[in-house]
Amino acid sequence: MSTSVALNGKGMLRGLNLRQRTILLISLMSLLLMTVLASSLYIDSSSLSTNFDSRNLAPSLEHPFGTDWMGRDMFARTLTGLGLSIMVGAFASAISTFVSVVLGLLSSMGRAADSFVSWLVDLFLSIPHLLLIILISIGLGGGATGVIIGVGLTHWTSLTRVVRAEIKQINTQDYIHISRNFGKSNWWIARKHILPHLVPQFLLGMILVFPHAILHEASVTFLGFGLSPHEPAIGIILSESMRYLAAGYWWLAFFPGMSLLIVVLAVDVIGENLGKIMDPRKAHE
Amino acid sequence: MIKVRHKELALFSLKKILKLICLLVVVSIASFWLVEQAPIDPVKIYIGAMSVTPEQKAILEEYWGVNTPAREKYLNWVGNALRGDLGDSLIYRMPVSDVIKERFTASLALMASAWLLSGVIGFFLGIVAGMKNGTWIDKAIKTYCYILLATPTFWLALVMLLIFSVYLGWFPIGLGVPIAVAAQEVTLLDRLKHLILPTITLSLLGVATIAMFTREKLIEVMSSDYVLFAKARGEKGFGLVWRHGVRNVALPAITLQFLGFSELFGGAVLVEQVFSYPGLGQAAVEAGIRSDVPLLLGIVLISTMFVFIGNMMADLIYQFVDPRIKQQETRA
Repeated sequence: MSTSVALNGKGMLRGLNLRQRTILLISLMSLLLMTVLASSLYIDSSSLSTNFDSRNLAPSLEHPFGTDWMGRDMFARTLTGLGLSIMVGAFASAISTFVSVVLGLLSSMGRAADSFVSWLVDLFLSIPHLLLIILISIGLGGGATGVIIGVGLTHWTSLTRVVRAEIKQINTQDYIHISRNFGKSNWWIARKHILPHLVPQFLLGMILVFPHAILHEASVTFLGFGLSPHEPAIGIILSESMRYLAAGYWWLAFFPGMSLLIVVLAVDVIGENLGKIMDPRKAHE
Repeated sequence: MIKVRHKELALFSLKKILKLICLLVVVSIASFWLVEQAPIDPVKIYIGAMSVTPEQKAILEEYWGVNTPAREKYLNWVGNALRGDLGDSLIYRMPVSDVIKERFTASLALMASAWLLSGVIGFFLGIVAGMKNGTWIDKAIKTYCYILLATPTFWLALVMLLIFSVYLGWFPIGLGVPIAVAAQEVTLLDRLKHLILPTITLSLLGVATIAMFTREKLIEVMSSDYVLFAKARGEKGFGLVWRHGVRNVALPAITLQFLGFSELFGGAVLVEQVFSYPGLGQAAVEAGIRSDVPLLLGIVLISTMFVFIGNMMADLIYQFVDPRIKQQETRA
């Protein structure tokens, strides 16, 4: 599916300049993600139901990803799982971005606040990331909420660091000094002068956090802490497939994981290229 | 040649020890508070399927401190922990410290070998890509790293298991030692055989970050003035990269590798789960799913120390090994 898109692109790409090519790439990848999300929402529920006549079928034209031990079509299950992953990932990275907005602005308020923020970043980085997500999701009683909040509350560290550095640089600008001499408060400066500069950073940061969030959600669900076993999440599908590996049903594990990989790569490509367009120094590369 | 600055080293260690103590206090309070929020009943887990009288249940409740306030419970736990007693694991029915000791040794074998392997391979790939910057080799290595970074760890482990254990039958499907063999009869070879596949999987994932970093650094170094000068003197090819590139890139790369202990531990959790390798990561998952609070807290503390040691090593290299920084300090 994705290779044909790339091949078509190559022919069309010849007449375009780098900027147009980058934008085209971003649009194509976004289209891919939208298609996955939309088809997961409007998927025919009958293909998800059990059908014991067609159990453990290897991939064929009718069932491109094969069927599982209950005769469910793996392609439909994978699509639904990907849709779920994308939504959980989006929600979690939105939480992460929000936290880093708040902490980033807080760190611009003064020395004490700044050292508190950097202490908090260090603290969150001191426990192995996966273990921290597990701990938080246990504390919240597990389930979907546990995972979303667990993943959301642990991915803000890198973005907060970027934002802090950016704020430090903005703070040395003349107009900030002038504003301060006019008697504006720290909070007013943070809101009116610093925040507008940071909006693109946050948007890009949110997209760059997204792949990590999806992968961590899938991992935690795979380990058994996340979404409930009734949901067709990718993590659940893969942990179920483990029981059938020795029997040689390779398609149960291979295709769902491969699809997740493709989704993560697509988001990565969008993030990287958006960054290129937004950063004038990189735009020529 | 290398003069160790004893006084500075002592000060450095003192600072780090103080920092570790503060960190452990905060982490223990935070994680204790988190699991305290969870709807977990230790008595119910301990009893399991046993039948007990109400009196016995009351004794157990007293023992596990169901009705004591959280603050008192925490202080008791810390008091015992300071004496080296982390409590008893609910699922293994053994002191937590014993479980951790046994599991950590197994995990350490896995993590150390994967860490070394990924460091060496990643560094090598990074150097090759950086040397051949812009060629098809560079592009191939870069693409490989991008894909690797997007790969779900546990899925890669599953695929490795499918290919090498199920399809080719080269390696056992799981567990740290063969089934149905007495513990004394397990040979070193058996252990190694069960270690190879998890190690390869875990190291494959670590390769990407280190290779990308090494590549960037090498390109940076190769465009510097002193490399230009070396080229003007007639140095070229691998000799040039070896004398001026590798030496400058090696130290930052090793530092980065030490900073990756957190990711390494996370990867080990997933890999151990897939290969049913009896390490600390698998114990953490078990403890989490079956609500074994004492064991979970113990693992959190030990893994925090593990990550801390990695960061400390990176600091140590940065401050005491890098000759450039030493030179700067003596000048100042």
